[in-house]
Amino acid sequence: MTQETSKAAVESTSDQIADHGQQHPLGVYFKIWLLLFVLSACSYYVDWAGFEGFLRWFLIVTFMFLKAGFIVAVFMHMMWERMLLICAILVPPLLLLFLVGIMVLESEYTFWTRVIFFGLFEG
Amino acid sequence: MTDHAVTEGVDGIHGVKTFVSDLSTDQEAFKRVHWGKVMMWIFLLSDTFVFSCFLTSYMTMRSSTTIPWPNASEVFSLEMFGAPVPLLLIAIMTFILITSSGTMALAVNYGYRRDRVKTFFLMLATALLGASFVGMQAFEWTKLIEEGVRPWGNHWGAPQFGASFFMITGFHGLHVSIGVIYLLTIAIKVLKGHYEAKGNYEVVEIAGLYWHFVDLVWVFIFAFFYLW
Repeated sequence: MTQETSKAAVESTSDQIADHGQQHPLGVYFKIWLLLFVLSACSYYVDWAGFEGFLRWFLIVTFMFLKAGFIVAVFMHMMWERMLLICAILVPPLLLLFLVGIMVLESEYTFWTRVIFFGLFEG
Repeated sequence: MTDHAVTEGVDGIHGVKTFVSDLSTDQEAFKRVHWGKVMMWIFLLSDTFVFSCFLTSYMTMRSSTTIPWPNASEVFSLEMFGAPVPLLLIAIMTFILITSSGTMALAVNYGYRRDRVKTFFLMLATALLGASFVGMQAFEWTKLIEEGVRPWGNHWGAPQFGASFFMITGFHGLHVSIGVIYLLTIAIKVLKGHYEAKGNYEVVEIAGLYWHFVDLVWVFIFAFFYLW
């Protein structure tokens, strides 16, 4: 953004908010804040209650993604940004799924190599 | 939020249209966004990859080890009223970080309202909550080091536990510490009226993005490292 355009944007006060800042009613933040507290309490409860196996895994990941989503969408104002910025930031991390995938394969291989050739299994 | 609601945000086909037109104008692609905000987002994206590398290597170590992984629920429990409470300190730290995210969101809002004093005090509260988070983390590190956890081994199981723990929480703690300094710097500038001349409080939102990101990373660490 050039000096000219940013000055012009500041001068016209009605356009200023649309062009620059993110101004939203306070209530939105309080609702999300409360929701984050509840979700954190829920994920803590998963440990407290001692859920095991798939249920534990499923609940932890669900609460995690809900919290992350609310923080990014509302607190970081992502849902009010332009589509191009949203995609530029949120699409590249999807590559991480590939990294996780190949590392899962790799760790399986390492695990079985250790078990078969070193006989190290204790669990 | 009246007329620009049509052009901003996720709103189906219109969003796709702005996506295409923004990229096809042969000039700046990120329109109607402060350049500093775009730069902060790109930095946060790169930081996402750094933290993801740590968490992915933690996953790899944990799933490839033949020795049982220490039970985080027991390792991180605190003695309260004669009984161990699992993950007590971690839960408190989580709630502190969420609270600080809330105060930061409010600070951004009051910044745009040009309420300098409220913005300053909300940012100060955010920084203090962040500092207390780092303090608790220092306590946790001390406790674990006293119990014999080292990056190369511990008494409970897989030796990689210590390496993952110190690397991941240490790097996150470093981010929180830098964030505290960053927030205090901006807060003092806000109070002094540094941004009054331009009337542009975008800096507060940019600092806020960094702070919310620190909270965001903790969400993943809490889930993968402490709860899993």
